[in-house]
Amino acid sequence: MVSVVYEAPDSIEGAISLLANADIPAKILAGGTDLIIQTNGSTDESRLFVDVKRIDGMLDAKLSADGLDLGPSMSCAEFTARDDIRKVFPGLVEAAYLIGSTQVQGRASLGGNLCNSSPAADTIPALVVNGAQCVIAGPGGERTVAAEEFMTGVSRNCMEKGELLKLIHLPAPAAKTSDAYLRFIPRTEMDIAVAGAGVSVTLDDAGTCTAARVAIGAVAPTVLLVSTAADALIGTKLDDDALQAAAAAASAASSPITDRRGTAEYRRQIVGVLVKRAARIAATRARGN
Amino acid sequence: MAKSHVTTSINGEPQEFLCEPGDTLLDVLRNDLNLTGTKEGCGSGDCGACSVTLNGRLVCSCLVLGVEVEGAEVGTIEGVSTGDGLHVIQEKFLEHAALQCGICTPGLIVSAKALLEENPNPTEEEARYYLAGNLCRCTGYDKIIRAVMDSAETLRGGA
Repeated sequence: MVSVVYEAPDSIEGAISLLANADIPAKILAGGTDLIIQTNGSTDESRLFVDVKRIDGMLDAKLSADGLDLGPSMSCAEFTARDDIRKVFPGLVEAAYLIGSTQVQGRASLGGNLCNSSPAADTIPALVVNGAQCVIAGPGGERTVAAEEFMTGVSRNCMEKGELLKLIHLPAPAAKTSDAYLRFIPRTEMDIAVAGAGVSVTLDDAGTCTAARVAIGAVAPTVLLVSTAADALIGTKLDDDALQAAAAAASAASSPITDRRGTAEYRRQIVGVLVKRAARIAATRARGN
Repeated sequence: MAKSHVTTSINGEPQEFLCEPGDTLLDVLRNDLNLTGTKEGCGSGDCGACSVTLNGRLVCSCLVLGVEVEGAEVGTIEGVSTGDGLHVIQEKFLEHAALQCGICTPGLIVSAKALLEENPNPTEEEARYYLAGNLCRCTGYDKIIRAVMDSAETLRGGA
């Protein structure tokens, strides 16, 4: 049984000070859906929980002409209920809607999903394809890290002691841009991705793809931004040949493992299929924008 | 270690309690407040037996710390029936025999109520997805879904 010390600071500075000066293992508590379970299974004697949900802005999302400023601890339930955000980032909202059950979505957050840094995290590929920027506050001030640089390994990320994720910023998409995220699970609900793929495409008036981002999950130690897959889409009309080339590039970029959820061969194959299908959905949406 | 003092609202009534910082809301409800209608199934957020609402959102009380509900509004199965009789959803669960052992029932009723408040006219598919986090090992779900769909119709003023 881990002895928990609980603090709920109301400012970023207060949280940084608690995290930086902790003399026992310190954990940031957002929705807690991963942290509470991990703590129950931990051999730590004691842990400091710094609950960041009382800090101004942590639970808010503001959509403006500059894009989306997302409080990292906003619950997936609050996030997916925002029709204004769904209109601009439908793929990201769908990814948040795939996490756990209704109950888990009532607590779990996009910032928590990012900081938990599971290779199978559903929202990370969707954040990456939307060019999300992670604003990290720490004892030395603030720094901004691109979402694709945030994870550094399985359950590892770029955050240093004393730091916390303050804001996730998504730039406003260009005209005729949209996104999609798909994952494969053997059930219909309540499961963890065997493979996942996020795609964002921008089209010109003739329907030619002028910009694209492709990110894949659960097929490598980190979520991967696959520029070769994006390159296969850019300059095309997203015809079947282009989609097949993007799928092949994504499969080639993956380095999956075999575990109880699927074999490496299966994951490598299926991640390409997901890229192809997500690109089709993103393209259909982009044409409508 | 000193216990934490928490002031909250449970089923619309002001409530204060003391708890260890690591105690879950589920621990507090069952062990300290004697609100034992909320059940512990898995203790890891997988089964939904401990479902409650927190500021109107459905959550697993095993994944919330007692100290986190400071200033919040908690809704449990004990607050579902507000008058003398049962809530419509409770009546429909009885009418349709939508339970066998009963361990999942409080969580399912709290979840069904949250569903119908968010979406008074769900399709069967929407109801099944919304309630996918509430596991029942006895019924096969068919009677539960029938009870929920019938509740929805009754609450909308039909039938």
